[in-house]
Amino acid sequence: MSAESTGTFPVKRGLAEMMKGGVIMDVVNPEQAKIAEDAGAVAVMALERVPADIRVDGGVARMSDPEMIDGIQAICSIPVMAKVRIGHFVEAQIIQSLGVDFIDESEVLTPADEAYHIDKMAFDVPFVCGATNLGEALRRISEGAAMIRSKGEAGTGNVVEAVRHLRSILGDIKRITQADEAELFGWAKDLQAPLPLVQEIAETGKLPVPLFCAGGLATPADAALAMQLGAEAVFVGSGIFKSDDPSPRAKAIVEATTHYKDADILAKVSRGLGAPMTGIGMDEISVKYADRGW
Amino acid sequence: MNPAPPVTGPVVGVLALQGAFSDHLERLAAIDVDARIVKRPEHLDGVDALVLPGGESTTMSMLLDTSGLRDPLSDLLGDGLPVFGTCAGMILCASDVLDGRPDQHGFDLIDITVRRNGYGRQLDSFETDLDVAGLDAPFHAVFIRAPRVERVGAGVEIVAEHDGIPVLVRDGTCTVAAFHPELTNDTRLHELFVAQLTGN
Repeated sequence: MSAESTGTFPVKRGLAEMMKGGVIMDVVNPEQAKIAEDAGAVAVMALERVPADIRVDGGVARMSDPEMIDGIQAICSIPVMAKVRIGHFVEAQIIQSLGVDFIDESEVLTPADEAYHIDKMAFDVPFVCGATNLGEALRRISEGAAMIRSKGEAGTGNVVEAVRHLRSILGDIKRITQADEAELFGWAKDLQAPLPLVQEIAETGKLPVPLFCAGGLATPADAALAMQLGAEAVFVGSGIFKSDDPSPRAKAIVEATTHYKDADILAKVSRGLGAPMTGIGMDEISVKYADRGW
Repeated sequence: MNPAPPVTGPVVGVLALQGAFSDHLERLAAIDVDARIVKRPEHLDGVDALVLPGGESTTMSMLLDTSGLRDPLSDLLGDGLPVFGTCAGMILCASDVLDGRPDQHGFDLIDITVRRNGYGRQLDSFETDLDVAGLDAPFHAVFIRAPRVERVGAGVEIVAEHDGIPVLVRDGTCTVAAFHPELTNDTRLHELFVAQLTGN
């Protein structure tokens, strides 16, 4: 019998493929993790504070305490993700050693490096990174990211930035499929992205890894909007546990993500969920997390 | 969504509640099979066979209930609708599941015991070449937080093994894999499944 290889790119991307059509939920303790799994989440994101609270508290946001991550791993049978600061490869080494299933190199935490992201090829654990546009997405993929999420604006409960970033990424992919060979050189230059990845997109019409949507989704309708625009799955952070009644809302968002084109089902699951998180307008925030990352 | 279907071939439904269903649809389209998504009970009309894809089995199990698909699907499968389950799909078909959730129910179609995430966490996920009965050359298989087969009942045929553990097994019209043939461009296992439907 031939040898087996672990930590390869197909194995990393494979887990991202398995999460398609699903909802990844932010949780800050084992109780929330249990609620998320019971509601049908495909994975949980373990973190100390949801983005809405990071926004309020200010200060430096770092990776979570390993003890807290252990507690969530112990209670969950679904994949567990955890966040590290942009460029903080030692936080990533620590998180990988805990046996976490996916690492999010996240702009929601305070960046540790203003020039470089983590060399994700050097790890066996897969990484997801945020992107506001196609160039950013392709730079992250060239560093080894196995999943891209459009950034949106975390902790706002406002979907407008998520829509902007998804439309930007998918719109440029569409335009690249119309470009001729010579124009692809210009695209690679303008996007500041590796030419082979641009050429691959011209041929396939999609990113080489799954594209999920994050940042500001708070309702079943928001999740379905992201899916109809072309996201392959959604992250919901503050939107669930900052709402009045997290459990039914979580379940409703899971159903909405599956039946995203079916308005009858969307209407049914949107009923009687209680108040969503309040949310904030983009002109009311002082720090845009989406601007972090290079 | 898919190219024009052949007039006479079988119609294969792909359970599309969550997971890598689009990859199965692509593989089936590549071998000119009329494949369609199944999200609601009415999508089962006219379906000759079913694919249960990889994904999170706990999520799919919940969505089977909320979508109203569980009972009609269970009836069809119980009546012998041919099925190909991969990874989470294997768990949904197995008679016995270890380390599952108490509220997680499958279709009890094949007499095997599988342990959910039996190979470990993502860091233990792997790819390897398999010798598959009926294929001339090895099949490259990707295992993602895969279920581990711990018991195979009498009458269940072992089609492929890895390190002495069955990873592709069949009983009549039910075929299940611990790995993901939908994640590679190799369509041979999908072809074997479809050939079984047409008797070729």
